[in-house]
Amino acid sequence: MTTTTTSTIQHISTGRRVKDKLVQGLVYLAFGLAVVPLVSVLWLVIQNGLARFDMEFLTHSMRNIGARDAGGGAYHAIVGTLEQVLLASAISVPIGLLTAIYLVEYGNGGRLSRAISFFVDVMTGIPSVVAGLFILAFWILVLGMPFSGWAGAMAVSILMMPTVVRSAEEMLRLVPTDLREASYALGVAKWRTIVKVVLPTALTGIITGVMLAVARVAGETAPVLLTVFFTDSINFDPFSGPQMSLPLYVFDQAGRPNDTAIDRAWTGALTLILIVMLLNLVARLIAWWRSPARGR
Amino acid sequence: MSKQIQVSGLDAYYGAHKAIEDVSMTIEPRSITAFIGPSGCGKSTFLRTLNRMHEVIPGARVEGKVLLDGEDLYGSTVAPVSVRRMIGMVFQRPNPFPTMSIYENVAAGLRLNGRVAKSQLDGIVEESLKGANLWNEVKDRLGKPGAGLSGGQQQRLCIARAIAVKPQVLLMDEPCSALDPISTLAIEDLMAKLKDEFTIVIVTHNMQQAARVSDRTAFFNLAAQGKPGKVVEMDETSRMFTNPTEKATEDYITGRFG
Repeated sequence: MTTTTTSTIQHISTGRRVKDKLVQGLVYLAFGLAVVPLVSVLWLVIQNGLARFDMEFLTHSMRNIGARDAGGGAYHAIVGTLEQVLLASAISVPIGLLTAIYLVEYGNGGRLSRAISFFVDVMTGIPSVVAGLFILAFWILVLGMPFSGWAGAMAVSILMMPTVVRSAEEMLRLVPTDLREASYALGVAKWRTIVKVVLPTALTGIITGVMLAVARVAGETAPVLLTVFFTDSINFDPFSGPQMSLPLYVFDQAGRPNDTAIDRAWTGALTLILIVMLLNLVARLIAWWRSPARGR
Repeated sequence: MSKQIQVSGLDAYYGAHKAIEDVSMTIEPRSITAFIGPSGCGKSTFLRTLNRMHEVIPGARVEGKVLLDGEDLYGSTVAPVSVRRMIGMVFQRPNPFPTMSIYENVAAGLRLNGRVAKSQLDGIVEESLKGANLWNEVKDRLGKPGAGLSGGQQQRLCIARAIAVKPQVLLMDEPCSALDPISTLAIEDLMAKLKDEFTIVIVTHNMQQAARVSDRTAFFNLAAQGKPGKVVEMDETSRMFTNPTEKATEDYITGRFG
């Protein structure tokens, strides 16, 4: 042991006190700076969007409404966004979750799991427009399929998948080995242990991860523009014909020179934020309802 | 419903590292067998080979024979899952399932292995919790999360969970090392009660505990760091603690090393 021992109680010097306060101040400042853009974006969107946030906006499409006309709405875009995001989730959540389960429970750091990990990282870096171009080139140009919500869902699911894999993987790794062993020791098979013990334990975290992925792709414009095309009419069927989506609606309306259109764009942005918040809330409720920690 | 375990020439490995070597012993039914020895000598590893939990760790494997009433647990056609249903385990740290209530924790082994009628399940849960001396403390809050109990209660919950599947043998890996003396006493009393029904094997670092609860004791040691652990001596507990044959056993028990 070579530690030096002092025989007197040491006091905190004025210099350290000053440094402590200084760093504390800097941390608060950094927090404030980080909040400024968030609050100002929300503020601007709410301020400009509220004007047209009415029942007509939520229940009508843009069919037969010119750029200069007042009225009109984003019903067709809301329907499109919801359907596309739902379809994209239906594709990427099962695949992403199963991939994460393989990586954590079965991969054991083998060659295949390292390769998968590497490609998931590569996928994370794909620019969204490239995902859109891929579906445009492969699905629409090569296979000759029409523009549709389904094509858009496929494009954004490419963007969603790596996010889902990464977040689910992280959450599954947080589940203590103790719990798996406790289940094995009861004579429960491995796959049942995963389904009944590991997944429920990680459920809240996995849902949060999925919601982050949903929030990200719900706001994607480029891949949707290339694959869904756009329309002013309501199209409930995501498998045939062009659809609309909220980011696309905002992009379209904001590009027009009239105040009526600009107003609609702001309200579209507000609606998009609200939809993502609402989906988040629903997911939290599901997680809360599923968790026993609330006691019955 | 209690069975004898016979082990012969058992080696256990972690990858290339041999953790225990050539262990042979007989564990009698309706009795408590204690394993003592310094840290890292392979007691827990050996315990985990008895219900095929050792191989759960990637790269771990076992050579040799473990006979449960004459039937080889490592036979090529034996399903490890069925072995673990017959030989239950309680771990060092209490590990109730955090997503489940007290009731669901106890019922977990049965529910996860197949459908059981609710009426039957109620009876088994009550019986198991009574068996683990926990019923009176939790009977009014069976629906509350198992993780909300104290450490000692959680460990008894884990014991209730283990005995609910009605195993033949109960393996306990330092079940009291994370508990206070009062909870420890509760578990020791429980073990004395459970030995009427189960074959119990306990790993412990607490020599007094081994002396108090066990009928037979095995002393594990390793020749040097990095060498595999071996059984030095196994005998009636009373003899082991008063008149051991081996010098190493005496040194360990009297606190001269370890």
